[in-house]
Amino acid sequence: MSHYRVAVHITPRRGILDPQGKTVADALHTLGFSAVQDVHVGRYIIVELDAANSNAVEQSTREMCERLLANPVTEDFAIASVEPI
Amino acid sequence: MKFGIVSFPGSNGDFDAYQSVAETLGEEAVYLWHKDHDLQGCDVIILPGGFSYGDYLRAGAIARFSPVMQDVVSFAKSGGPVLAICNGFQIACEAGLLPGALLRNESLKFVGELVRVRVETTDTMFSNRYEAGAELRLPIAHGDGRYTADSETVDRLEGDGRVVFRYIGGPADADEWWSPNGSTRAIAGIVNEAGNVLGMMPHPERAVDPLLGSADGLAVLESLLARVAV
Repeated sequence: MSHYRVAVHITPRRGILDPQGKTVADALHTLGFSAVQDVHVGRYIIVELDAANSNAVEQSTREMCERLLANPVTEDFAIASVEPI
Repeated sequence: MKFGIVSFPGSNGDFDAYQSVAETLGEEAVYLWHKDHDLQGCDVIILPGGFSYGDYLRAGAIARFSPVMQDVVSFAKSGGPVLAICNGFQIACEAGLLPGALLRNESLKFVGELVRVRVETTDTMFSNRYEAGAELRLPIAHGDGRYTADSETVDRLEGDGRVVFRYIGGPADADEWWSPNGSTRAIAGIVNEAGNVLGMMPHPERAVDPLLGSADGLAVLESLLARVAV
């Protein structure tokens, strides 16, 4: 068993109205970042866990996302990184 | 008839639900603790409004894994009536008792006001005491009330007559489809396929006496009383 730190991105699913992202995009436009096309605001979750190897970490993290961390109806998730610590 | 009202940490509509049942409707009401596995033989379960578990992660996401929710889900799957109000609606969606999800209001603002809601079907155990098409005044108080589901699901809800309540009106110059939170097709309340779970963002339990500004919510409880066999 090793100790790992895994990071997960949770983002609103494309096509679902994201008023928070739109508001941030509007604010960036106001600041002069006129090149900004689109913004989406999501969550970044860091989980520390013990596992046999990084494959087991990914599998377990995926299950955490499917069951709790992300809502399958409205959100997508992606494992951003897995590192031993 | 015995109503069980689930208290989660952060529930704030449980007392209102209790009062509306025990004082106004005049039926038996008990609180059910979220950590217990005991529905105490209740005939109807109410998942009340509030901010269970601080709305951490997503509204309702943590509460759905409360010990009591396993029993509520079994109760619902075996046909037991569940009235899920506001945060209760969010919990019921997270628990898979109802399709879709409740997202942040389109305005990004918490909305607390009396709104107009239309009864879209009286053919449910929660709405049989209303007149078809009746316009109600019910309070809402939520930040995450934008009902969202894929268009196939929403079409099915509409086609099956499972949209029970819809927001109407609003500001005088608004069109028919004004909604206070940006809900898909102004949906305010839906039932599951079997018709025994109602999720709604407006608070019928806070509109049971003219002193409260409206008594239009009482018929939800009266409908249950009329339809549910004890």
